[in-house]
Amino acid sequence: MSKHHVSTVINGEPKEFLCEAQQTLLDCLRDEMGLTGSKEGCGSGDCGACSVICDGKVVCSCLMLGVEAEGRTIITVEGVAEGEKLHPVQQKFLEHAALQCGFCTPGFIVAAKALLDENKNPTEEETRYWLAGNLCRCTGYDKIIRAVLDAAAVMRGENPPSPAA
Amino acid sequence: MSYLDKSALRLVGTRPIRPDGVDKVTGRANFGADMAMPGMLWGRIKRSPHAHARIVSINVDKALTLPGVKAVTTRADFPDIPPDKRVIGAAPHNLWDLSRNCMAQGKALYEGHAVAAVAATSPDIAEQALDLIEVQYEVLPHVMDVEAAMAPDAPLLHDNVFTAGIEPKPTKPSNITKMVRFAKGDVEAGFKEADIIVEQRYTTKPVHQGYIEPHACLVSVGADGQCTIFSSSQGQFMVRAYTSRICGADIASIRAIPAEIGGGFGGKTIIYLEPLAYMLSKKSGRPVKMVMSREEVFRATGPTSGAVVEVKLGAKKDGHITAARTVLKYQAGAFPGSPVQQGCICSLAVYDLPNAETIGYDVLCNRAKVAAYRAPGAPIGSFAVESCVDELARELRIDPLELREINGAKEGTKATHGPTWVNIGYQKTLEAARASEHLKTPLKPGQGRGIASGYWHNAGGESSAACHINEDGTVTVTEGHPDIGGSRASMALMVAEVLGVPFENVRPVVGDTTAIGFSASTGGSRVTFAGGMAVTQAAEKVIVELKKRAAVIWDISPEAVEWKDGKVYPAGPNAGSFEPLSLSEIAGKAARTGGPISAEVQINAQGQGPGFTTHICDVEVDRETGYVKILRYTAIQDVGRAIHPSYVEGQMQGGVAQGVGWALNEEYVYDKDGRLENPGFLDYRVPVASDMPMIDTIMIEVPNPRHPFGARGVGEVPIVPPMAAVANAIADATGIRMRDLPMSPPKLRAAFDAEPPARAAAE
Repeated sequence: MSKHHVSTVINGEPKEFLCEAQQTLLDCLRDEMGLTGSKEGCGSGDCGACSVICDGKVVCSCLMLGVEAEGRTIITVEGVAEGEKLHPVQQKFLEHAALQCGFCTPGFIVAAKALLDENKNPTEEETRYWLAGNLCRCTGYDKIIRAVLDAAAVMRGENPPSPAA
Repeated sequence: MSYLDKSALRLVGTRPIRPDGVDKVTGRANFGADMAMPGMLWGRIKRSPHAHARIVSINVDKALTLPGVKAVTTRADFPDIPPDKRVIGAAPHNLWDLSRNCMAQGKALYEGHAVAAVAATSPDIAEQALDLIEVQYEVLPHVMDVEAAMAPDAPLLHDNVFTAGIEPKPTKPSNITKMVRFAKGDVEAGFKEADIIVEQRYTTKPVHQGYIEPHACLVSVGADGQCTIFSSSQGQFMVRAYTSRICGADIASIRAIPAEIGGGFGGKTIIYLEPLAYMLSKKSGRPVKMVMSREEVFRATGPTSGAVVEVKLGAKKDGHITAARTVLKYQAGAFPGSPVQQGCICSLAVYDLPNAETIGYDVLCNRAKVAAYRAPGAPIGSFAVESCVDELARELRIDPLELREINGAKEGTKATHGPTWVNIGYQKTLEAARASEHLKTPLKPGQGRGIASGYWHNAGGESSAACHINEDGTVTVTEGHPDIGGSRASMALMVAEVLGVPFENVRPVVGDTTAIGFSASTGGSRVTFAGGMAVTQAAEKVIVELKKRAAVIWDISPEAVEWKDGKVYPAGPNAGSFEPLSLSEIAGKAARTGGPISAEVQINAQGQGPGFTTHICDVEVDRETGYVKILRYTAIQDVGRAIHPSYVEGQMQGGVAQGVGWALNEEYVYDKDGRLENPGFLDYRVPVASDMPMIDTIMIEVPNPRHPFGARGVGEVPIVPPMAAVANAIADATGIRMRDLPMSPPKLRAAFDAEPPARAAAE
């Protein structure tokens, strides 16, 4: 069985990989390209731990085939920070302790970045509904929502007080 | 030394960023499925499609001939475990049961029970190979419901299990593996004294811990039998010990490396995959990676029990409870070991009862063997007791909070199961609830408020820690507990506090089984308590050494120096006039003053303080859809000392959310053949961000004097009250008492439909 050759752009860099027809984009990111930041929590698009941004939209990479990435632009959690400089969402997650085990965190970071790229001033309710596709079992979501709202404030040029000492 | 005076603390109690945090927000952290090794194979498991069946034969010949398949393993590869080797150390599990849970022996006891496993060069080939394994089953009648499994003519799972705890000893095998009983005073006399009796029956369904990360491991066994295991677990020493016993290997031959763990909540305090991967690696001569699918997690890993709990309460008109009797029947699944005993104990522990009796039954049934789930046993029992207390309050027309103020456990109360309470914070949680802004906020029409309390005993146990002073004065602290909730930050805070150095100078590390001494698993809310005790003692031992080194540098007696605020000083003018030496100055001279500066400590921590909590929940119920909206939630808990307050709040909030899911939606749905119909997150409905409001927390600090900083375990008690808090709020909002979990929309709709029309109109 011969593999398919896929050309794509991942985190701003052109990338090529080989994959079998049935491999999902998540499988390809993790097993063919060594980008293990995106996680498999369910394999059926229900938990959001595999969230990536594909051509500007948040998608579950477990619901996309690797071959469907041909010619597309993908951003994974590994591409959210700029070198050493964390994205405001990442920084606020740390300050607010918005993660405990951290397994769902990559999916949330990606989904939250996508929210704030589109909506500079989301309400608490808008934020909760946008992130309803990302499951967290550890935090009860409280600190996650606070972190995202604070990150939005930072991106609007405001300076919200930080809970971190 | 004691650090119980909060006002003297510099770092403990602050909220720095956790040292492992950047890796987790950038995707760099390595979880169980994130590792690879050269030559790695992929393992997959063949599972029984039947809830109960005799395994007549297994033929793996065709699978072995599929190109790419490198090994197959079945029960035949696993040694029998003789009775004297079925328990190891202080670990609670029966390893013969666990071995037969990992790989079925003779019978498949639940749908999803593993019967064989393969390793192949790709996941796809491994899947194909499973279809080529031929298993012949003789399907047997199965039983799921706990009371059906208790019936004398129920299908028997094991023919060598006889009910323990009853006299005379039974001669007929049973699915009831044991009966436990605790009593105080005379319940019959107590009920006779009562002005009012309330007697009700409550039921719960099995629910899963719901960790987002499925079980995963990478195991490599060399030709010399030396093994490396990289896996996600709540205890690498547990992984090592259990794999060694189940596979028949020496403990020293296994190096178990703890991956970052994506949630456990008790469900990863045992193993499922490692022994199978071990055998496949041994037989193929290559590393084997095994990762469960979400479906496998639901079909084959331990949920907690479903249960029936009967509660009878007697009370005087003035609110004093005169007697309480509870009977708890818990599902154990395929092998003995439900947490029914904890259910019995914890649900009554919140009260000062003159007369009480609690009886529990552990019952086998054809479903996955139950595994621990956050305060195992307690949430189920407390759902029943806290609901019944609320029903009693309504009968007595006494406010539910006041009923708990009258009957709540205090200093010196003797609990039903024996201990006398000292240094507990339950009364303070009630006072804080009474004074809370939440309680004072009036409800709008159609809204309801519920109150419930909870208890968990917490745990101590074995921990090891090492504290190394590096040449530049920074500090490396190695401990043995997988970090499931941010504990590394707390370890660093405590060590930095003791050594008087900046938080950033301390690097905490979770060591593998070759890097640190034996440490019991992360669980039982024990890590900040026992692990924290160990790292604190290790840091204090280091200070003794630092003082000795300063004395050498100054050429004075070691008795003539003292340690204060991170520096060594001459102890008084007679010792000599020397400038104080900082830790990093001494560190730089380590080689010349005696060698490396390190200390290692091994303890069996005692004196863990219990945790008490009271929750307040407001709901609104949509009569048309049966949807229950959680409007507001406040959790009030006695935390001892919040080492890192953000992570203590996080434990409280997380436990509440799990309890809300347990209350409103989560359950296993089976078909008539005992097959699971909802093995995925779409139909096994856990709370999502839009289901929850912000969760307010009030942390009460009644320090536990047995811990250097006063810490108590905090992680488990928050899940104990939410189901009753929500049920009590629904009763307050609608007048309808729901006694069967989950209180999902179809059930509420059915309850509304059954209401007399006059009441519905009045709402």
